[in-house]
Amino acid sequence: MTPVTLALAVPALPLAAFVLLALVPPLRRTGRPAGIVSIAAMAAALVAALRLWTLAWAREARTVTATWPWIPGDGGPMATVGVMVDELSAAMLVLVTLVALLVQVYSLAYLAEEPPPALGRYYAYQSLFAVSMLGLVLAPGFLQMFVFWELVGLCSYLLIGFWYDRPSAARAAVKAFWITRLGDVGFIIGIVMLWGATGTFEFGPLFAMAAERTLPTAAMPAIMTLIWLGAVGKSAQFPLHVWLPDAMEGPTPVSALIHAATMVTAGVFLVTRAMPLFATVPDVLALIGWVGAFTALLAATMACVEADIKRVLAYSTVSQLGYMMAAAGAGAADAGFFHLLTHGVFKALLFLGAGAVIHAVGTNDIFRMGGLFRALPQTGIVFVVGTLALAGVWPLAGFFSKEAVLAGVWERGMTVSFAMLALTAFLTAFYMFRVVFVAFFGRPHPTPDPHGHQHAHDAPPLMAVPLWVLAALTVALGLRFALGGGGGEHHGPAWLAPLSLALAAAGFALAWAEYQRRAIDPARVAAALRPIDAAARNRYGLDALYAGVYRAAVLGFSRVIGWIDRYLVDGLLNLLSAWTLRGGDRLRRLQSGRAQDYVYAVAFGVLVLLVWMQLLA
Amino acid sequence: MGLHAYLALAALVFAIGLFGVLTRRNAIGILLGIELMLNAVNINLVAFARFHGDVAGVVFTLFTIAITVAEVGVGLAIVIAIFRVRKTVEADHLTLLRG
Repeated sequence: MTPVTLALAVPALPLAAFVLLALVPPLRRTGRPAGIVSIAAMAAALVAALRLWTLAWAREARTVTATWPWIPGDGGPMATVGVMVDELSAAMLVLVTLVALLVQVYSLAYLAEEPPPALGRYYAYQSLFAVSMLGLVLAPGFLQMFVFWELVGLCSYLLIGFWYDRPSAARAAVKAFWITRLGDVGFIIGIVMLWGATGTFEFGPLFAMAAERTLPTAAMPAIMTLIWLGAVGKSAQFPLHVWLPDAMEGPTPVSALIHAATMVTAGVFLVTRAMPLFATVPDVLALIGWVGAFTALLAATMACVEADIKRVLAYSTVSQLGYMMAAAGAGAADAGFFHLLTHGVFKALLFLGAGAVIHAVGTNDIFRMGGLFRALPQTGIVFVVGTLALAGVWPLAGFFSKEAVLAGVWERGMTVSFAMLALTAFLTAFYMFRVVFVAFFGRPHPTPDPHGHQHAHDAPPLMAVPLWVLAALTVALGLRFALGGGGGEHHGPAWLAPLSLALAAAGFALAWAEYQRRAIDPARVAAALRPIDAAARNRYGLDALYAGVYRAAVLGFSRVIGWIDRYLVDGLLNLLSAWTLRGGDRLRRLQSGRAQDYVYAVAFGVLVLLVWMQLLA
Repeated sequence: MGLHAYLALAALVFAIGLFGVLTRRNAIGILLGIELMLNAVNINLVAFARFHGDVAGVVFTLFTIAITVAEVGVGLAIVIAIFRVRKTVEADHLTLLRG
């Protein structure tokens, strides 16, 4: 099959599954069979994506684009739809289909207690999400990308709010939708401005213009900043990161797929994809880098004080997305994308591992777990593998991608960003091992849940297999780079690898001393770092700030509108009706009931008419 | 005497009848006023018939007289019916249709 056919098949398979589930309610309501349909389509899509990937690898970075006219316009179509296959999109396709497949298999067991119609709905959403994400990845132009971009946003909303009868989940879904929408407004304005300036949405012509330096240079900084805003919302960069931790209200497999491995990386993908355009505006790139590095550090500090295992992972995702953006901002987009791929694998592993833990003990609070390694040995092993990878320990996948990012930033001479990212690496190791020590080692919690530790056991095979596959991939990817070299052209100075290992080791040591050995009392550390600790616990007041702004702006505006409605609109109507009533009351008195009065009125009227006629004639 | 004299007489009778309708308080008096007004019209019709040499006016008058008789019959019957119920024929007291 040609690359184009394969590329079309990858999103078409989940699309078929979605249409089938959406249009055939009896099938959807059966639950598990619906899931199997979705999984089968996903598995076929994975095969197609893998084949496409090997083709893309063999062709050595030649881009294949196939487009069809979409919006007609004078002198050729204004916009097209199609597929654009290169190493970037092929690698992304493999990641998306792989994680989606594993997550869907895992969900069969994780959501086994859901009623069948709800499970069918879940798989319909999952398939739609896969279509949207794959369409986004394959988009050959900004307009198609935007359409799928919004579709993944919709799926994210639907899946966060999967348990829509929980108020917190419904609120989180709406919050995620609105906050990402805030960035998307910038994105669409940027796209339209870019079209206005260049007359095309397509990447091909735009990249050619960038290469020939024929882009309208005056408008580019504003345009690219606006487009980047879309990525800020989607990839949870400061200050629009607040939706991602709340998105953990969704089922854990959803968090693994959408809010860790794929959808949130769409922003990084966008920046990587449009790198030739971003490269023409160094100031915007610097901004991207600074915001990325700041986000990485900020989110890492918040992860250190969080007690909810999923929220720790969520802040960790925000932090790692900041890493990728920092790399992109330093011009090392390939390093950022490399980190995106490895992070997608091991973060999905961590989330699914966390899901297995939550499934077993029925709580998200790490301080109510403890000593789980004995009860859940398999889960414990894969979680530790994921933690080591995230902390950047040789020879796991995270070590190489993190080193590539750090090297890219260092090569650019961005010393402050580099320092922030290095500190983040230390914090990453600390908060991940904090979770490991508190939840998996240490003493079991003295008052376990009613259905807690005594019955806690390892995940059923349907959940365990995806975990082991991801863990194996994390190790295999790392070994591949450890043995075969590679991992991008960013290696940095010789001291970089020891430094990043030392940072990870320091984080590990601190976590061990605080939470395992209890040589250092965490409360004293918190007291020593009091301002930062308090601020991080309050999430730097950003949620409160947004809530305050929301109250001030939206509720204030609503009050004004309410006043206008009550006193102007309603008032006018009330006045009119009062006048009508009073006028009717006055007119009523004319009806005296005495026949003579009526005759008098008739006679007088005739007289008036006669006089009038005489005067006019 | 010319046509104008008859017309003036008719107008006078009509006005007297209207005055009676408007001012009498007794329902029978009001009916009498109506009779005067109708007969003023009859005078007009006969006068025009006479001066224009057209018999049609006289024919109309005959019709009017017949209808007037019927009207008085119905009117008096209503007055009697009202008197039986309300024990009065004072027009000022018959204000059931007041708004």
